[in-house]
Amino acid sequence: MSVLLRVTDVRKYFPIREGLFFRKEVGRVHAVDGVSLEVRAGETLGIVGESGCGKSTLARCITGLYPVTSGSIEFDGAPLGAKGFRRDVQMIFQDPYGSLNPRRRIGSIIADPLVIHRIGTKTERRRRVQELMELVGLNPEHYNRFPAEFSGGQRQRIGIARALALRPRLVVCDEPVSALDVSIQAQVINLLKDLQAELGLTYVFIAHDLSVVRYVSDRVAVMYLGRIVEIAPGEDLYKVPKHPYTNALLSAASVADPDLSARRERIILTGDVPSPISPPAGCRFHTRCPKAMPRCVAEDPRLTPEGEHQAACHFPVQPGEHLGAETPQIQQESTEPTVGRTESGVDDEPDRRGD
Amino acid sequence: MALLEVTDLKVSFPTPDGPVQAVRGMTFQVERGRTLGIVGESGSGKSVSTQTLMGLTRGAEVSGSALLEGRELIGMPEGELRRLRGAQISMIFQDPLSSLHPLYTVGWQIIELIRIHEPATTKAQARKLAIEQLAMVGIPQPEQRVDDYPHQFSGGMRQRAMIAMALALNPKLIIADEPTTALDATVQAQILDLMARSRREFDTALIMITHDLGVIADMADEVLVMYAGKPVERAGRRDVYYRPHHPYTVGLLESVPSATGAKGRLKPVPGQPPSLLNPPGGCPFHPRCPYVMARCRVDVPPLMGDGHQSACWLPLDLEGVGPEVARRRTEASS
Repeated sequence: MSVLLRVTDVRKYFPIREGLFFRKEVGRVHAVDGVSLEVRAGETLGIVGESGCGKSTLARCITGLYPVTSGSIEFDGAPLGAKGFRRDVQMIFQDPYGSLNPRRRIGSIIADPLVIHRIGTKTERRRRVQELMELVGLNPEHYNRFPAEFSGGQRQRIGIARALALRPRLVVCDEPVSALDVSIQAQVINLLKDLQAELGLTYVFIAHDLSVVRYVSDRVAVMYLGRIVEIAPGEDLYKVPKHPYTNALLSAASVADPDLSARRERIILTGDVPSPISPPAGCRFHTRCPKAMPRCVAEDPRLTPEGEHQAACHFPVQPGEHLGAETPQIQQESTEPTVGRTESGVDDEPDRRGD
Repeated sequence: MALLEVTDLKVSFPTPDGPVQAVRGMTFQVERGRTLGIVGESGSGKSVSTQTLMGLTRGAEVSGSALLEGRELIGMPEGELRRLRGAQISMIFQDPLSSLHPLYTVGWQIIELIRIHEPATTKAQARKLAIEQLAMVGIPQPEQRVDDYPHQFSGGMRQRAMIAMALALNPKLIIADEPTTALDATVQAQILDLMARSRREFDTALIMITHDLGVIADMADEVLVMYAGKPVERAGRRDVYYRPHHPYTVGLLESVPSATGAKGRLKPVPGQPPSLLNPPGGCPFHPRCPYVMARCRVDVPPLMGDGHQSACWLPLDLEGVGPEVARRRTEASS
């Protein structure tokens, strides 16, 4: 498969300014800090991570909404912003309420990209908009309605129709279903999958819901504090995660299956994600990692350059290894004096095992 | 006698377009030391019903009864309710930033709670208790953090502080309304772990309200599934997940991607939840139900069965998920 999007060592820092007149820069939020990845034509690359890990910032860098601080982004061999880039790369946003102008009719919202790029005459545009509405499962007769007349799921369909108006090749979906109710989520996920099959789209799919990402993605990247810590084909990542953070994240996600949930070994991380203003030295995860060693503080691990399954860790987790029961080698800033990690076996909770 | 007995609770809010029937007849019990999970989508009435128990739905028309250890909560004078809130029943809300007062320190807010309910406590004693509570829920350096303002806490720590406050007076019942929805996965795991431990330690009853089927799978002893202001299924935790009866419960379970990573096509529940301004007649789920029968459009099904209850006219032995049960359900409905 050919590479459609290549991101090389992209960094995005947001300055923190103080003072009334000179706005002196006093610090920087390291939102995205050295991310390299490739997206292949026709695939879905999932990006997961907790809030503040930089996944949305990365999405906005890829679509050109934020200028990058350093690094390069190439789309189809040409640098970002080349002719045709704006048409080929589109975005679907999380909030179906905030991303549609409440005072405009949806027909004109969906036609906007066509107007901006001066495509077609008025009647042609109208026909195209109605085609798009049908494509995403909306009634084309509702052309003249306002966003407020639609439900959350339908509004997300409007956002999808708008993103598809210019026949893009890459669609960046930033949490497209997390604002929707469970029974509506599945409708939108199915729609996105159908559209991909029908139109040959490539997706970058960002979400914090691990099971949704697993379901839609061919490959998955895990982000932590502005870095990719692990990237692998979906099933590899979920079955044999190598990075301790991925292990913790997977074990922390709740699953809708009481027996399965009771059987899992839980790794409960201590504390919160450190501030991206002054990220920790060395491996960024060492402050919370149950496996941290002195080397993790001294040396920043890079993604292993070879193979499909890459993890940025000096001591990747081996299959069958028990993370929860290990004693950390480095004194951690424990935020939990009494309630710490659950150690499997010692502190097993009887009532979680099911009845 | 159960700790909390709610019978035929109905709540409606008057609006210019007519009354919105947010809760339309809810009956359930919570036993001491047990956890009841209430699941439902937005607008199913899960939050309104428990807020009504606390007297927090002002301007609503409420009928029915809710007995806490034999004392009627519905229509209780405000002064009496106030003595109950925080001491007998406490609540943990979804968004800890807006449920803590931004202009007072976290410690001040816990101390206030203790001193209002136990006026004999001195300030120093209450402060000591507040520090102990914060330490118990895992706030680092509680002696210093007690004087911090809510904005100085992270999201997970704020929720810990809320839990400390909820547990401070050792209440009999805790109502947690989406306590982890605003939190990240790894922090959510910490908070759920903390809640499960505290609940066991204090032997408190817990009502856990959420839309997340995964959280309920971890926490609840018994599960109540809500749809359009009514409970549609009530059963033990494992029954709800492995032997669901109501087509809505089945639809909810089948619309989430499988935990084992199977890639089969998702089966969404078609259509939209109904408007509670004029809910559909008969079974509220009938416009979206794949097994709808003539009777469903006319007669409202009550919760039927004992132990495992379901508000559905399909025969009660049609339980479980899978093609075989689905085939038999279709047969029964045609």
